[in-house]
Amino acid sequence: MSELYQLTIEQAAQGLRAREFSSVELTRSVLQRIGQVEGELGSFIEVTEEAALTMAQAADERLAGGAAPPLCGIPGGIKDLIATEGIQTTAGSKILEGYRPVHDATVVERLRADGYVLVGKCNQDEFAMGSSSETSAYLTTRNPFALDSVPGGSSGGSAAAVAAEEAFFSLGTDTGGSIRQPASLCGIVGIKPTYGRVSRWGVIAMASSLDQVGPFARTVKDAALVLESIAGRDERDATSTSRPVPSYAAVCGQDIEGLRVGVPREYFIEGMQPEVEQAVRAAVAELERLGAEAVEISLPHTEYALPTYYLIMPCEVSANLARFDGIRYGVPQPGETMWEAYSKTRGAGFGAEVKRRIMLGTYALSAGYHDAYYVRAQKVRTLIKQDFDQAFGQVDTIVCPASPTTAFRFGEKMDDPVQMYLSDVFTLAASLAGLPGLVLPCGFDQESKPIGLQLIAPHWQEETLFRVAHAFEQSTPWSQPACRDRLQVGRGGAA
Amino acid sequence: MKRWETVIGIEVHTQLLTRSKMFCGCANDYAGAAPNTHVCPICLGAPGMLPVVNAQALDYGIMAALALQCEVPEFSWFERKNYPYPDLVKGFQLTQYSYPIGAHGQVEVEVGGEARPIRVRRVHLEEDTAKNTHVNVMGESYSLVDCNRAGVPLMEIVTEPDARSPEEAVAYLKKLRDILVFLGIASGRMEEGAMRLEANVSVRTAEEAAAGVLRKRCEVKNLNSFESVRQALEFEVERQIDLYERGEEVQQVTMGWDALNGRTVVQRSKEEAHDYRYFPEPDLPPLRFSQEHIESVRVRLPELRHEICGRYVNDLGLDPYRADLLSQSRGFAEFFERCLSGCGNVERISNLLLGDFMAQVNERQLSLDDCSQLPIPAEELAALARHWDAGQLTGPQVKQLLPHMFTTGQSLTEAKQALDIRVVGAADELLPVIEEVLAANPDAVEKVRAGNDKVLKFLVGQVMKATRGQAAPGEVNRLLEERLRS
Repeated sequence: MSELYQLTIEQAAQGLRAREFSSVELTRSVLQRIGQVEGELGSFIEVTEEAALTMAQAADERLAGGAAPPLCGIPGGIKDLIATEGIQTTAGSKILEGYRPVHDATVVERLRADGYVLVGKCNQDEFAMGSSSETSAYLTTRNPFALDSVPGGSSGGSAAAVAAEEAFFSLGTDTGGSIRQPASLCGIVGIKPTYGRVSRWGVIAMASSLDQVGPFARTVKDAALVLESIAGRDERDATSTSRPVPSYAAVCGQDIEGLRVGVPREYFIEGMQPEVEQAVRAAVAELERLGAEAVEISLPHTEYALPTYYLIMPCEVSANLARFDGIRYGVPQPGETMWEAYSKTRGAGFGAEVKRRIMLGTYALSAGYHDAYYVRAQKVRTLIKQDFDQAFGQVDTIVCPASPTTAFRFGEKMDDPVQMYLSDVFTLAASLAGLPGLVLPCGFDQESKPIGLQLIAPHWQEETLFRVAHAFEQSTPWSQPACRDRLQVGRGGAA
Repeated sequence: MKRWETVIGIEVHTQLLTRSKMFCGCANDYAGAAPNTHVCPICLGAPGMLPVVNAQALDYGIMAALALQCEVPEFSWFERKNYPYPDLVKGFQLTQYSYPIGAHGQVEVEVGGEARPIRVRRVHLEEDTAKNTHVNVMGESYSLVDCNRAGVPLMEIVTEPDARSPEEAVAYLKKLRDILVFLGIASGRMEEGAMRLEANVSVRTAEEAAAGVLRKRCEVKNLNSFESVRQALEFEVERQIDLYERGEEVQQVTMGWDALNGRTVVQRSKEEAHDYRYFPEPDLPPLRFSQEHIESVRVRLPELRHEICGRYVNDLGLDPYRADLLSQSRGFAEFFERCLSGCGNVERISNLLLGDFMAQVNERQLSLDDCSQLPIPAEELAALARHWDAGQLTGPQVKQLLPHMFTTGQSLTEAKQALDIRVVGAADELLPVIEEVLAANPDAVEKVRAGNDKVLKFLVGQVMKATRGQAAPGEVNRLLEERLRS
C-alpha cells in the first residue's frame, strides 16, 4: 500500500484521525489517480476537482475540531442519476445535458452532512437502462480488470471508479441489478438495500417500485459504513421505511456458525459460464467450512422474473420519463407545433434503448393489453415474492451468482436487446421481491475477469448480508485490495 | 310526438381550501400571484422528485364523502393518469381511479316541492394542472405555462345520470355547493374557477327509460354559473330531441356552451384517443382509513345548510323561503341565532334581517360570510328588535336608525341620541297633539265616531306626522279610540 488512493475507507479514516495525512492530501492523491487512469477508463461524466478540494478543506477543519463521522474527508463518486446541487446531473442522457439540480438528493445531503468529498459524477447507461454502461450518451467506461470489456451496468462508472481506485466509494442505483451486476463484473462490493431502506428523493426515477440507491466499495466493512450514512427514513419519500438504521459495520466480524444458507437450484442454469458456476459453488463450500449449513432450495418462479421485470419496469419508465419535454428543463428542440417540439425534443434527446423501453411500457399499459401484460406481471411478481418468503422459512440467506458471465466485450450484446436483458437473470427476482442483495468477489476466470457472489436476505436483514459477506471476505483472497495487481489499468504505486 | 325523458349526469371539480398543495408543501393560495412563484421542484415535475400526500386533503375528502352519504373504503390509492400536455408537468396526473375515497352516496334535491335523490357515484381526490395561456407577441403565437396551479388539491364528484331536468341539475349543484362550502373545504367560487361544472346529457323515450336503456350522451362544458347551466342544458336537451325527431343521430361529442350566442357548439378535442393507461402510483403507499379515524371525522362534521334550514323550519316555525335565506351562509345563520338569543321574536328578527338590514347589506355590497365584520353586532340588532317589540321604537324610526348605525357603527343608544329619536308614549305629551289634530279635522272626527276605522287610521297618521314619527302608534290609537268612541 504505497499510495493513499489505494486505502480502504476504514484505513483512510484511521489515518485521518491519526493525523498521518489530511483529507486534502487524500483527495489530491485520488485526483492524481484519476488523472492517471481516467483517459483509459472513462468512469466519470464529470470530475469535480474544485468542489473536491473545497470539501476536503472543510473536512480537515472538521476533523481537527474533534469527533467526525467515518466518511468525513473521504472522496467518493456519485452516479449521474443522483441529483447534486449546482452540479450537472445528466442520467447519462443528452436530454439532460447541462441540467443542474437546485437541490441535493437526500442521499447526497446525508453524505455531505457526514463531510464526504465529491470527486465526480459517474458514468452510467442512459436513464439506468442497460447492463454494460454502453448506452451512455457521453462516454464509454471500461472494466478496470479487462479494458476490452464492459464494467457492467447501469452503474458501470460507479463500479469502475471504485475498482480502479479513483474513489474510495461510490453510490449507484439498482433497479434490476444495476449495482450488483457491475460489482460482480468489477470485482468489488456492491449492495442493493431492501426497497424502502434508502430514500429515492432526488434520484431520477426509472422504475419507482424497484429503484434503490446503494454503495460500491472495495471491502464489505467500507460498504457497511456508506450504507449506514445514507440509509433511513426520509419524510420526502413516502416509500421509505421508519425502521431505525442498525450499525451494519458492527456485525462485520461476527461468525456465521449455524447460519442456514440456501442454494437455489434455478440459479445454476445452462448457458452460464462454467467458471462462474465453479467459483460460486466453491464459495458455498467455503461458507460451509466457516460453519454455515448449505441447503438446496427451490425458487420455482425464477424463470418468470425476466419477463415480469421487463414488463413492469418499462411500464413505470414510460410514465417516469414522460416529464422530459424540454419545457421546464432539459434540452429542447424547436418545432412548428407543440407536438412537433415534443417529438423532436424527445427524439433527439433519448437514445435507442430508452425509446425502446418507453414504447414497450406504453404498449403494455394500453387499453386491451393492460390486464394481459401489466396486471398479470404484477400478479406473477407476487408469486416470485412468495417463493422467497417460503425459502426464508428454511434458510437465513440465499447464495447464488450475480451474473451468468464475467465481463463481456464491448458490442457483444448490443445487437440483440434480449441478450443484454439476460445479463440480469440472477438479480431481477430479488428486485421484484424488494429484497436486499449484496455482491462481493469470489474468484476470477481464465481471462482474469472477476466473478461475483450474490447474497440475498429477507427484507430489512442487511445485517445478515454484511455478516456473511465479511466472514467470507476475511477468509478468502478475492477482495479488491488483495487482487489489485490484476488491474489492467495503472496498477503500480510507482508508475 | 314521443315523450322524451331527460337524462343528466353531473361532474364537479372543486379546489380544496387546504394550506398547501396536494403533494408538496407549496402554499395553496396563488390567487393574484405572479406566474410560477408558488412552485417547487415537486410541483414543477423536476427529475427525481416524489409526491407526499396532504393529510388535510385526505380528511376533506372523507368529510365530503360522509356528507354526501358515501361509503368510505378501508383503503384507497392514487393512480397515474398518463397523457402528454404542457400543463401536465409530470406527463401524468395523480388522481384516483379504481379505489376512490368515497362511493355510492346521494344528495336529495327538491324541485317544485318534490324531493328526489341524485345518486353520487364517486368522490375522489386529484391534483390540478398548471394553467396554459395563449398569447400573440408581434405576430408569433406562444403558449405560456403557469405552474402556480399545478398540484393544487382537487376533489371530483360524479353523479349517476339521475337528474331528469335542467332544474334538477341546478338544484343538485346548488345543494352540492352549499355542502362543500358549509363543510369549510371549498370556496364554491365558480367565477374564480375554484368550482368547475360539467354535465353529460342525453334523452330517451319512456320505454327506454323503463328498460334502463341509455342513448348516446354529450358532454357539456364551459359552464360558469348556475344560470348558464340551466340555459345550456335546456338548449342541449332541445337540440338532441330535435335531431332524433328529424330521424338523425346524436354524435357522442363534447359540446361547449356559447353564452354569447346561447347555444352549445362542438368543441375540438385535445387529443384523438383518451387511453390514460391508469396504474397505481408506486411512489405512494396505499391509504388506509381505520374505522376510528373515519368516525373521528364524522363526529367533527359541521352542521350543513340543509340541516340548519330544517331546524329553522321545524324548531322555529319559519317558512322554507325565509329559512333558506337566513341559512345562506354559516356566518349569517350564526348571526341570526345570536340576534335571536337577544330577542326571542323570530318573526321580528327574521323580517328585520331579511328586510331593512339586508337592504343595507346589499346597498353597501357587504359580505355575509363573516358577520363579525359587519358594522352592527348581533347584540345591537337584538336590542333594536327588543325596543321595537316593547313599543319604545316605531317602524319608521327603525328605518332611520339602521342606515345610520351601518354608516357610523354606533350602538343603538348612541344612534338614538345622534338622531334625536325617542318615542313619545306618555299620554300627557300626546293628548295636546291629539286635540290639535282633532280640531283640524272635524269631518274625520264625525266619521270615526260613526264607526269608520279607516279614517281612524288617518287620524293616527296625522298625529304621527305632527310628532315627526315619534309618537307610539299603538298608544295614539288607544287614546284616540278612548277620546272618540268611549
